[in-house]
Amino acid sequence: MIVEIGHFALILALALALAQASAPLIGARRGDRALMGVGSSAALGQFALILVSFAVLARAHLTSDFSVLNVAENSHSAVPTIYKFSGVWGNHEGSMLLWVLILAAFGALVAAFGRALPATLRANALAVQGLIGAAFLAFILLTSNPFERLSPAPFEGRDLNPVLQDPGLAIHPPLLYLGYVGFSIVFSFAAAALIEGRIDAAWARFVRPFALIAWSFLTLGVAMGSYWAYYTLGWGGFWFWDPVENASLMPWLAGTAFVHSAAVMEKRDALKVWTIFLAILTFSFSLLGTFLVRSGVLTSVHAFASDPRRGVFILLILAFFIADSLSLFAWRAPLLKQGGLFAPISREGALVLNNLLLTTACATVVFGTLYPLALEQLTGEKITVGAPFFNMTAGVLLLALCFVTPFGFSLAWKRGDLLGVAQRLSVALAGGFAAFVALIAYLRGGPVLAPIAAGLAIFVILGSLSEIAARVWRGSLSPSTALSRARGLPLSFWGGALAHMGAGIALLGLAATGFGAETIAAMRVGVPQTVGPYQIVIDSVSERAGPNYRETVAPMTIRSGGGVVTAIEPARRQFPTRQMATTQAGIATLHFGQIYVSIGDPDADGTIPARLYWKPLVTLIWLGACVMALGGALSLADRRLRFGAPARAKSGAAAAAVAAR
Amino acid sequence: MTRKGRRLALIAVALGVAAAAVGLALYALNDNIVFFYSPSEILQKNVQAGARLRIGGLVEAGSVFKSTGDKLDFSITDGANQIKVSYEGLPPDLFREGQGVVAEGVLEAPGRLRAETILAKHDERYMPREVVEALKKQGRWQEGSAKP
Repeated sequence: MIVEIGHFALILALALALAQASAPLIGARRGDRALMGVGSSAALGQFALILVSFAVLARAHLTSDFSVLNVAENSHSAVPTIYKFSGVWGNHEGSMLLWVLILAAFGALVAAFGRALPATLRANALAVQGLIGAAFLAFILLTSNPFERLSPAPFEGRDLNPVLQDPGLAIHPPLLYLGYVGFSIVFSFAAAALIEGRIDAAWARFVRPFALIAWSFLTLGVAMGSYWAYYTLGWGGFWFWDPVENASLMPWLAGTAFVHSAAVMEKRDALKVWTIFLAILTFSFSLLGTFLVRSGVLTSVHAFASDPRRGVFILLILAFFIADSLSLFAWRAPLLKQGGLFAPISREGALVLNNLLLTTACATVVFGTLYPLALEQLTGEKITVGAPFFNMTAGVLLLALCFVTPFGFSLAWKRGDLLGVAQRLSVALAGGFAAFVALIAYLRGGPVLAPIAAGLAIFVILGSLSEIAARVWRGSLSPSTALSRARGLPLSFWGGALAHMGAGIALLGLAATGFGAETIAAMRVGVPQTVGPYQIVIDSVSERAGPNYRETVAPMTIRSGGGVVTAIEPARRQFPTRQMATTQAGIATLHFGQIYVSIGDPDADGTIPARLYWKPLVTLIWLGACVMALGGALSLADRRLRFGAPARAKSGAAAAAVAAR
Repeated sequence: MTRKGRRLALIAVALGVAAAAVGLALYALNDNIVFFYSPSEILQKNVQAGARLRIGGLVEAGSVFKSTGDKLDFSITDGANQIKVSYEGLPPDLFREGQGVVAEGVLEAPGRLRAETILAKHDERYMPREVVEALKKQGRWQEGSAKP
């Protein structure tokens, strides 16, 4: 009975979403406040209903109610409770439910806290958000109903895919969806602005907080997915340029461009049309990603057992929203008042270059991801475009972006002084160049890309620091004055500095992958194996039982120069229900680097095949991403951007501008 | 700089970046694309030795031979033809005889592949899509025998 309540709540949510998609739109046209108000109530109601529906599905999973098909196919009574809960979205139907839940949550956020927004803008934005919700709710109800019953109910479920029985499943999808789907609200505001045919700097101020929330979560979600793949797959790789990973990178690149161009729009009232276009583009990539991942066109860990009807349905949704929003853009964008042009050498000029590089990098990723699919449809030839292609295109463009980043961050608005900025960055430039030369000398003829990346990473980090120093400390100021100056700087400045530093830190981690070591060896108990600066010995091999699996563990001791450094416990797990084995890599973190060992099944002669890696500074990749997200959050906390406070925001902006001088 | 000059500068920079991206993409496409074939297609199309490619099919039953720890030899079959594969390293968790597999590497001779990467399915209900299609072509795939 309770399960049916979940189903009915979802149907009601669809009805409310349809109301939300129509009434406020008509209200905004007629200037009818009551009709416009429907949008807020419907958005809140829709969120509440989907929450009920989600709670019902979670309850079915937690109580192992195998009369529900979704639970029977994706859960097992012996699965630990946390995986019973995260298993709610560890399958196609449940993950789509989480998707619409987050979509509705962002709509509810606008409804609840957007009272200070212009009424028509809010009504139109909520209508567009309602339309997206309606499309996806219809998708769930028609093709992927999570509440389908199974009769007779089996006594035991078919278990959650062991690869998904990991804390990563509890963290990665919600974070990623908060980012992915968060851009829906930016899209809705862009569509609303186009419907109204009016846009100004205030629009950017309303939308930037949402974009920053979504961007920060997307950054964390992508990084978390990468770390999960790294420790769970046992190959030591953290990014495979797999189409599914690219699906999350595309909105990230476009979203990063949006966050920057919205800053230009807010400060200088320029790049309006372009910013609107980026808003549409970013969410279109989110939809494209949803299609790639959920439709089953791709072979990947994310493709759950699929049904061709679903692919066609999502493709229709994708085509509808992208085609309609772009037509709306083509029709209405010329009405928007053009902003002024500006000097090429200026902060806004640098941000244009940033946008160009980010969008072309994004375009190459799109091309590399979709070209094989298109070619197969057209000619039947199956090809793979692998890492070398993406490194050569998107990788090179993003490195170029890293080079211009510190310049852009140090240039003044309106008219910048490139020579002065170069002087200000001289320490950072020298530091980066010194790192590059030192690494080239150290490697003697190795691949040149890693030293370049490392040098650029140092340049970006030092560049951010020197900009902070230049703003805080000038001439012979006392420490207390410097401190008060630091406090006077707007939080969005600190956020930007931190985010750029995070990018530099992540790049440093990426560059360091060129300096690691790896071996594949047949190991014996007691015989040391060298990898990088460390010796690794298997102490013993034993079997033990987990809650729903058996595992072979091989505890190992890691030594360096005779002394014991640390110990790890790589294992292989056998899951009897699904007849599957998984690898539990043994990982030890040492000074931001990691020793990573994954083992295979023991051979008949008693040797254990193992992959051993020494990965210096590898954790910086994900720590850098966390620093970037923190930077986004810090900008968000800026008083100027506090959501729904346009009056205060104006004085805040003025204060910030004064402080920035 | 005049308004027109600024606009021209912007367009020039945009075109420059776009041209660089296209150039890089064309250069990278030249030697970084890997074709996928079934064992029968390799023999039919007479693929030259030295080509980099992916082969998909089933691990032939009884063909897996492990030597000295990390060396692995096996055959990939689509029911009609076989390709011998040699691989150094650990096979993935779900690598088993009679199961779907995709191997990527260099064709050493017609009918022999030196694999650098081996991908197996990751779930007992799931078979790599390319493998399903390769098997369908040989009429070795029955709908419903396993969910693709």
